[in-house]
Amino acid sequence: MSAVLPRAAESGLSRRDFIAKLTAAGGLVVIGCKTRILAAEEAEKYGAEGMPHGTVDNPLVFIAIADDGLVTIAVHRSEMGQGVRTGMPLIVADELEADWSKIRIQQAPADEAKYGNQDTDGSRSTRHFIDPMRRCGAAARAMLEKAAAATWNVPVTEVHAQNHEVVHEKTGRKLGYGALARKAAKLPAPAHDAVTLKPAEKFRFIGKEGTALLDGDDIVTGKAQYGIDPWFEGMFFAVIARSPVLGGKVKHFDGAEAVKEPGVVKVLEMPATVADAQFHTLAGIAVIASNTGAAIKARSALKIEWDDGENGEYDSDVYRAQMEKAARTAGKVVREDGDFNSAIAKAARKVEAEYYLPHIAHATMEPPAAVARIVDGKCEVWAPTQAPQVTREDISKHLGIPFENVTVHVTLLGGGFGRKSKPDFATEAAVLSKAMDGRPVKVTWTRDDDLHHDFFHTVSVEHLQAGLDASGKVTSWLHRSVAPSIGSIFGPDPKHELDFELGLGLINLPYDIPNLRMENPEATAHTRIGWFRSVSSVPHAFAVQSFVAELAAATGKDHRDFLLDLIGSPRLIDPRSQHDSWNQGESPKRYPVDTGRLRRVIETVTREAGWGSKRGLGLAAHYSFVSYAAVVAEVEVDKTGYLRIPRVDIAFDCGPVVNPDRVRSQLEGAVVMGISLATLGEITFKRGRSQQDNFHQYRVTRMDTAPREIRVHLLPATDWNMPLGGAGEPGLPPVAPALCNAIFAATGRRIRRMPIRDQAGAAL
Amino acid sequence: MDLTINDRTVQVTASEDTALLWVLRDLLGMTGTKFGCGIALCGACTVHVDGKPVRSCVLPVSAVVGKKITTIEGVGSTATGQAVQEAWKKVNVPQCGYCQAGQIMSAAALLVEKPVPSDADIDAAMSGNICRCGTYTRIRAAIKQAAGQTGKRS
Repeated sequence: MSAVLPRAAESGLSRRDFIAKLTAAGGLVVIGCKTRILAAEEAEKYGAEGMPHGTVDNPLVFIAIADDGLVTIAVHRSEMGQGVRTGMPLIVADELEADWSKIRIQQAPADEAKYGNQDTDGSRSTRHFIDPMRRCGAAARAMLEKAAAATWNVPVTEVHAQNHEVVHEKTGRKLGYGALARKAAKLPAPAHDAVTLKPAEKFRFIGKEGTALLDGDDIVTGKAQYGIDPWFEGMFFAVIARSPVLGGKVKHFDGAEAVKEPGVVKVLEMPATVADAQFHTLAGIAVIASNTGAAIKARSALKIEWDDGENGEYDSDVYRAQMEKAARTAGKVVREDGDFNSAIAKAARKVEAEYYLPHIAHATMEPPAAVARIVDGKCEVWAPTQAPQVTREDISKHLGIPFENVTVHVTLLGGGFGRKSKPDFATEAAVLSKAMDGRPVKVTWTRDDDLHHDFFHTVSVEHLQAGLDASGKVTSWLHRSVAPSIGSIFGPDPKHELDFELGLGLINLPYDIPNLRMENPEATAHTRIGWFRSVSSVPHAFAVQSFVAELAAATGKDHRDFLLDLIGSPRLIDPRSQHDSWNQGESPKRYPVDTGRLRRVIETVTREAGWGSKRGLGLAAHYSFVSYAAVVAEVEVDKTGYLRIPRVDIAFDCGPVVNPDRVRSQLEGAVVMGISLATLGEITFKRGRSQQDNFHQYRVTRMDTAPREIRVHLLPATDWNMPLGGAGEPGLPPVAPALCNAIFAATGRRIRRMPIRDQAGAAL
Repeated sequence: MDLTINDRTVQVTASEDTALLWVLRDLLGMTGTKFGCGIALCGACTVHVDGKPVRSCVLPVSAVVGKKITTIEGVGSTATGQAVQEAWKKVNVPQCGYCQAGQIMSAAALLVEKPVPSDADIDAAMSGNICRCGTYTRIRAAIKQAAGQTGKRS
């Protein structure tokens, strides 16, 4: 391995790996338990190598060079707007010494044995694959150099690659990559640890500004292909009426009227799912037609009687009251430092607050959609999936055909945000193609389908108490988090947050407080709970960062100064000392919590935003996905109470940055998404049914309500020996609390329940 | 029915009440125009009919017979459309890109109507188009750049 960039992979647990073990255990929490970690620390795999199928760095898998010199790079991670289809080739091309204008990309199909892990989640594509992609590029470069040296019959040490050709300096001879490709491809790829990576100061693309998106042309001309787009002559178009309640079944249906609608080809009941976990397809009635519009119209003519099952009484108001009750009673202790109970009893002052975050929906602009066809027992699927391998495995299981007979083409994703890690929609397409004798079938979820049957972001009540001494210093801290767990979609409901949920900002609180107690009372899931961008960091950061501002206000101290005092001196914290055995799947040694970096983003963002010199500023900071983010939101609330957000500043430290433009765009997007969920986002349930049908009821931030200006302040590391952090998710958690803290600064109104809607004064 | 789409005449067989969106996407295979909500709330399906931006998901195909339909696949043949597309690329506006066809169609129509739009004009013309990735500040910058104003990247 490289002397430049030490292998990130000491090991860890990926989401899917975790889940595989979870399901195999038939229940819970074998993984991540402390004794196991300590006993098996040496054997534990972290980072990319901890993910199923780990990494592959064979240049012959990822790089193809044509006779004309065009280089095609396989991208095995899913593109959902984070820029991975530009970022991965950019890394390869840099080490390959390629001419960027001669780079083309090809999306890899689902095949982890060939490409390595493809689960595009957890903000980890760049941090886990920069190394293998660099090695691929460097190995291919070495092979081209070797081929040129052999052609000229000179020592390989006398030649070097530059800008898409190999040069023999002594004689000035040059050979282009196209001319060398065939010969080079016949050479053995250099061994994993025999590859020399270039020093960071020689990077031409990595870390540089000005890289245009490789998909830019296709996107602006309408040629880009999403999962909803594949089109074949004679294909069928399907929509499905799914059980409105999780776990519900079709009791009786009458499709006689629906089938009479023009263009309708068939009405059928969805075959029963092969697995009982909620990761799979839902019960329902499918309508297949000659176009999607006809299918939607016919679906409304279906008469279906549902058996709602055990979740038929789910009511989000009632549930909230239950959660509040649980949050006010002692629950399962998940971290304890010092002695909270006796410390709070001695406190000069006690502050208590409770925060609520409702279910929210991903509402990707491309709703779930996929196309499938089956020819000679082989199924081909086109899907906008964040989990290609899982999609392939699930379809193989559902159709009862060998894994080898399923091909999953990964299209562009019209938004993912975690929704498209669950491939139920692709399985639906495959199942319906089978029902239509293998003809191509496109399944489209309408917006109401999406908002009714999402894998929703969890709902939570967060209860906090703090004890302060006479000087206003926090000496004791209690955080009780009540939220149904994502674990509920994989098997028996664990009824408690799993390690990865606890490790997203609940137990790994990096504050210098002697007496800490974190509790996680029981909560049962009544709908599908899934990953939503930043996952449990959203409710945890909302609560913690609002509460810190409340404590600062209670003591009359400046919020920034109070927060920096609470964090304490710059130091490295071993996550295991915080009872965090998960640590984002990363090595606790390589990725300790660095309070110096957390302080720095806070200091930067407050300085840049004009903290102390302006009214209506609110601050929040959060560490997640091994990156550090701090936000200052500026609000104006006019005399009628109307809220405007002229500007948001975000300072961000994810270590070395590969493509600064895409990191900035992810942060801009996180700011808008954070404002959207804070101001408007809420899914409610009555009689087990989601009550929001479309964007008039599930409102989202638009051009006129978005911040007019978003300033991103990157603190990029110049030392490429530093491990990389995530960029897609960690910008989101501090946005909502920064906004609420700004509203408090502007109006004195403290908002503890999301969404804000009219709580700032006037209706939004 | 005969339809004029991007200056070409095409024949389609569809129920009169079929939304133009499904005629484009499902019957003609012109998938650049996107489905987002189906009830004119998100703007992903925006096309031009006689130069005006309309939501094709609620427009019956019978209503556009004899009219000039322009989609994302054809908007680049107009000077304004091309300027918008170029600005979009220069500012690296798209993230996932799914809503951008509709955004570009709305922006191109705005710039024909108001060659130098104010921020309020941009708010009014673009607030019907949702972007969940949150590219709004860059859309604003790109519109200003296409208008020959100083587009400032956030």
